Amino acid sequence: MMAEGTKRVMFAGVGGQGILLASRVLAEGLLRAGLDVKSTEVHGMAQRGGSVVTQVCFGERVYSPLAGPGAIDILVTLEKLEALRYVHFLKRSGTLLANMREIPSLPVLTGAVPYPRDIEERLASFPVSLYLIDADREAERLGNPRVMNVVLLGAMLRLAGLDGLVDWKEVVAGAVRPQYREVNLIALEAGMRLL
Amino acid sequence: MQHKMILSGNEGVARGAWEAGVGMGIGYPGTPSTEIVEALAKMEGPMVAWAVNEKVALEQAYGACVTGLRSLVTMKHVGLNVAADPLFTTAYMGVNGGLVIAVADDPGMHSSQNEQDNRWYALHAKVPMLEPSDSRECRDFTRLAFELSERHDVPFLLRLVTRVSHSRGVVEIDPAAEYRRRSRSYERNVPKYVVLPAHARARRVVLEENLKRLLADPDARAVNTMEITGSEVGIITSGASYNYVKEAFGDRYSVLKLGLVYPVDGELIREFAAKVRRVYVVEELDPYLETHVRALGVACEGKKYISPFFELNPQAVATSLAGAGLEPLEQLEPATPEPVAGIPARPPMLCAGCPHRAFFYLARREKIMVVGDIGCYTLGAMPPLDGIDVSACMGGGFSIALGIGTNLPEGEKVFGVLGDSTFYHSGITGAVDAVFNRRPIVPVVLDNRSTAMTGHQENPGTGRTLDGEPTVMQDPERIFRAVGFDRVLVVNAYDLEGIRNAIREAKTSRDRVAIVVKAPCRLLKESRRGPAREVARDNCTKCKNCLRLGCPALSLDGEGYPAVDPLACAGCGLCEQVCRHQAVRVQEKGVTS
Repeated sequence: MMAEGTKRVMFAGVGGQGILLASRVLAEGLLRAGLDVKSTEVHGMAQRGGSVVTQVCFGERVYSPLAGPGAIDILVTLEKLEALRYVHFLKRSGTLLANMREIPSLPVLTGAVPYPRDIEERLASFPVSLYLIDADREAERLGNPRVMNVVLLGAMLRLAGLDGLVDWKEVVAGAVRPQYREVNLIALEAGMRLL
Repeated sequence: MQHKMILSGNEGVARGAWEAGVGMGIGYPGTPSTEIVEALAKMEGPMVAWAVNEKVALEQAYGACVTGLRSLVTMKHVGLNVAADPLFTTAYMGVNGGLVIAVADDPGMHSSQNEQDNRWYALHAKVPMLEPSDSRECRDFTRLAFELSERHDVPFLLRLVTRVSHSRGVVEIDPAAEYRRRSRSYERNVPKYVVLPAHARARRVVLEENLKRLLADPDARAVNTMEITGSEVGIITSGASYNYVKEAFGDRYSVLKLGLVYPVDGELIREFAAKVRRVYVVEELDPYLETHVRALGVACEGKKYISPFFELNPQAVATSLAGAGLEPLEQLEPATPEPVAGIPARPPMLCAGCPHRAFFYLARREKIMVVGDIGCYTLGAMPPLDGIDVSACMGGGFSIALGIGTNLPEGEKVFGVLGDSTFYHSGITGAVDAVFNRRPIVPVVLDNRSTAMTGHQENPGTGRTLDGEPTVMQDPERIFRAVGFDRVLVVNAYDLEGIRNAIREAKTSRDRVAIVVKAPCRLLKESRRGPAREVARDNCTKCKNCLRLGCPALSLDGEGYPAVDPLACAGCGLCEQVCRHQAVRVQEKGVTS
């Protein structure tokens, strides 16, 4: 994983799923590991129940925080439909870590179109390493559905071979409010063991 | 001892201003610029405030600058249109304390109604402009802008874009740094600060001299950097585009990075062009630099290859310049060449329990023409609500309606709809004009007591200033009365019948009637959730009327019945009100389906 060149991770999901926290924790840990890191986020109107996307790029020297289609090494999707929406951002042989959670979007809510039922088969047809997990169920099992993002982050760190890079528990502890620290640290560990 | 931190571009700007001893930071919220003022507000020292609009912000900052304080003004790109009047003239007048205007463009229109390229404002208003490419440069360039502003007696523009403002990167800061407010003494100077034509003519000449002197300043020239790595291809670029060029090509081609994009250093461009055989210009949006380079008589290509609209990225730059024979560092093989087609879109939508929903739901059913405005409530235009006919800009919700009102069939009215922050921003003038010119419009304020879209900033209606201090709480009802409306109908945002009656009364009345729809934004702490609703299948006829509310908490289940997501439901009760079959009711305890 820590070979030459810039590595690029992308998170995609729906407003409110905790994408900003996950990508900020990742960036902070990479900084502590002595790497150069740049990340990008979109706020504002895009967040009102719409698609939310962040990217984190890291390496010896990073210029661009933003990567275009076909340039992402690891795509982490917090919602199933968003995996299909952004899979073209992955490199061939890239890694797709997809959460099983389904959240209907506006045209689905109004009954204009159905939520696709064949997402898993379609994802499996791409030349990428696909990992489907139910991070929401895991988070609920841990007692707080909101830590789903940190479960996924843990799984991603393990998949990327970054889990031993720094003490991620310390990084997570510094990024969440004290009253949620405990459950987030458990979520991180659970995520790292999930795959 | 320097400490490495990850800062967003906006936080970098705030940090730079703080390190420069800024005395005042002021702006109007607007994505992607909002967090500059918010970050500065968290730092000890400067006076920080939200102004009612961008023009008022720039003018306040200019006033502080005249008294000798360093002042920072922030806004999004379209905000500079509002502040353009003082921008052009303060360039002539010059400064006392340094004045920096940070303005954030939004290429790709993530959260904006246009993607105007504000570099032209620098050229047009003759205001020098620095363009940082990352968070570190945001900090450094902001500091430099204050220095150069004072040294050369000109305001400075700092041009940001979404991918600089909302990107995060490593910045080395000195944790022991202390705030030292910079202030120069004020001396009365009427020929400088009062722009009578005779004075302005003199200042016009001074401005040209100031710009010339600035261009000769070694500190200003130092932000333009040449990286000569070969003599075949040279790329001229700036800001975020520089990142994309370097990511795509590394050191393969020579690069001229312009940190100062106005005034453009023509001498340096000629020097660079003489070192390479072919020159390309890589820039997002308009051919601003390309136009300058060509005007110098230097042959180059830019927009022949690079898209003149939407955002760039490293891969887009590499693919575009492949047409000119340039080779990227990485030959990428995508997992799939095209985005997956035919999947449901995920547009932004009004939140569950949003107090704006009921008005737009009724607008369509009452068949009224609605002119909307800029805010969360612009989403009232989305299907299934489909409740807005025209919407252009802040304040336009009333003023465009004024014009529509001149060409309506006898006896009809048009509704102009805007939010509370927009009302104070530039809506009140339109309301005054409606009375003045006797226009048949019904002005409506959707008063959710917040500037919600940009993250709940205080405004004159919230009763608190940016720092949380209590202040006079404005009230749209009182203002409507003061400017001459006969009646103001104040209705609860969740009272469907009340809103319907208000619309009908306003539409048919011969009086001047305004409407205020009130309820706090659902995302505010003071907003109370009601009990979650559920659908009683026995009564439900599957008519789907409730789904026409476009509520994120309501969707069809596998059997074609509408179902409420009890976790998402805010308990606003609108679905219960629109149901004609009494099939929606308060959820019974312990029942989850």
